[in-house]
Amino acid sequence: MKVSYYPGCTLRNKAKELDRCARECAQILGFELCEIENWQCCGGAYTSSTDEIATKLSSVRALKAAGELDRPLITVCSACHNVIKRTNLAMKEEEFAGKVNAYMAQDADFTTPYGGETEVYHYLEFLRDKIGFDSVKEKVKNPLTGRKIAAYYGCLLLRPSKAMAFDDPENPTVLEDFIRALGAEPVIYPARNECCGGYVVLEDKDSAKRKSATVSESAKGHGADSIVTACPLCRYNLMKSGSELPVVYFTELLAEALGAKEAENG
Amino acid sequence: MADNKKLKEDVLAISGVNVRKCMKCGKCSGTCPSYGEMEYHPHQFVSMVESGDIEKLMQSESIYKCLSCMACVERCPRGVEPGKLVEAIRLISIRRKDANRLTPDRISELLDEDMPQQALVTAFRKYTK
Ligand code: SF4
Ligand code: SF4
Repeated sequence: MKVSYYPGCTLRNKAKELDRCARECAQILGFELCEIENWQCCGGAYTSSTDEIATKLSSVRALKAAGELDRPLITVCSACHNVIKRTNLAMKEEEFAGKVNAYMAQDADFTTPYGGETEVYHYLEFLRDKIGFDSVKEKVKNPLTGRKIAAYYGCLLLRPSKAMAFDDPENPTVLEDFIRALGAEPVIYPARNECCGGYVVLEDKDSAKRKSATVSESAKGHGADSIVTACPLCRYNLMKSGSELPVVYFTELLAEALGAKEAENG
Repeated sequence: MADNKKLKEDVLAISGVNVRKCMKCGKCSGTCPSYGEMEYHPHQFVSMVESGDIEKLMQSESIYKCLSCMACVERCPRGVEPGKLVEAIRLISIRRKDANRLTPDRISELLDEDMPQQALVTAFRKYTK
């Protein structure tokens, strides 16, 4: 099964592992991530204001490209996913879509207007809904038995739930179910869907540090031995906050459990 | 005064928020992770927009302390979505002043070698026009 893939800028640079493991594991699980041609950066954050058109165009172009191939669009980074999914929802509103399409009509290769038709999935969501965690479990070669892993959702995966429609925003289960499928034990802790401090780290390191420390201490206090995330910025903030627990990407865990590295080595 | 009225109309229009739905329960501020760093808290954004006191919000550092985490948007029992007001006021502020919060010449001092690109592009989107 071929699906369109939007890696995003960070997966090309500081989060190469997040990307590489995602691609390798997809092969093992029976689907292929086909990178969209000429994708542009999503901008990292969705701007909710209704008069912001230009900042949505890169997402719309990616959505449209996937739609033209009649494929769903998959993202791995929590931030890209948040931006693209919210943009897609906004494109279902006629007035907003009209403005964006009027802009896009200036593109040389513009053919038909876009109206939010493409299905958008986060990689985790795709595993849960289209592959099935039971099938993932069957492919596990190295179960992560005995590991206690804290799922960190942060804010971008879940909110706003009206647009993300990903999981219950206050009592999510997808990452915990994923962790169970890999043979490890999920640790439930109160700060799992609180913010890490996000982009504010750029100008106020202490502010981000306080927020991230709350998260990592909460995970540690509930007995976790590591934290798993889908977001490069969450990972960065948690590590810089002095987290005593290692912080890994969910695709790295998946690659470890599926034996992706061994498969690669022969 | 006329300007003030226009400002309020703009904020309401681009945020899409209906401030009159607010029942003043304070839940948005209670859940805000940046509460301690904000001069004006999410529920005050709602009430001050309603009373037309927007200039103070625009001048306040509070608009740069918001993390866009959407906790207040998700958890408001009345669906008021205060975070969208913060965003609208920040945008109007950086557009009007033509004074970006972040300029490219500051990047090298703010970066370290582990920082993901995501942090930079997001901050630019939030702080710069
Ligand atoms: S949570 Fe909603 S209803 Fe309560 S004070 Fe905040 S905006 Fe008003
Ligand atoms: S979106 Fe901003 S104002 Fe709302 S809870 Fe998050 S940090 Fe606070």
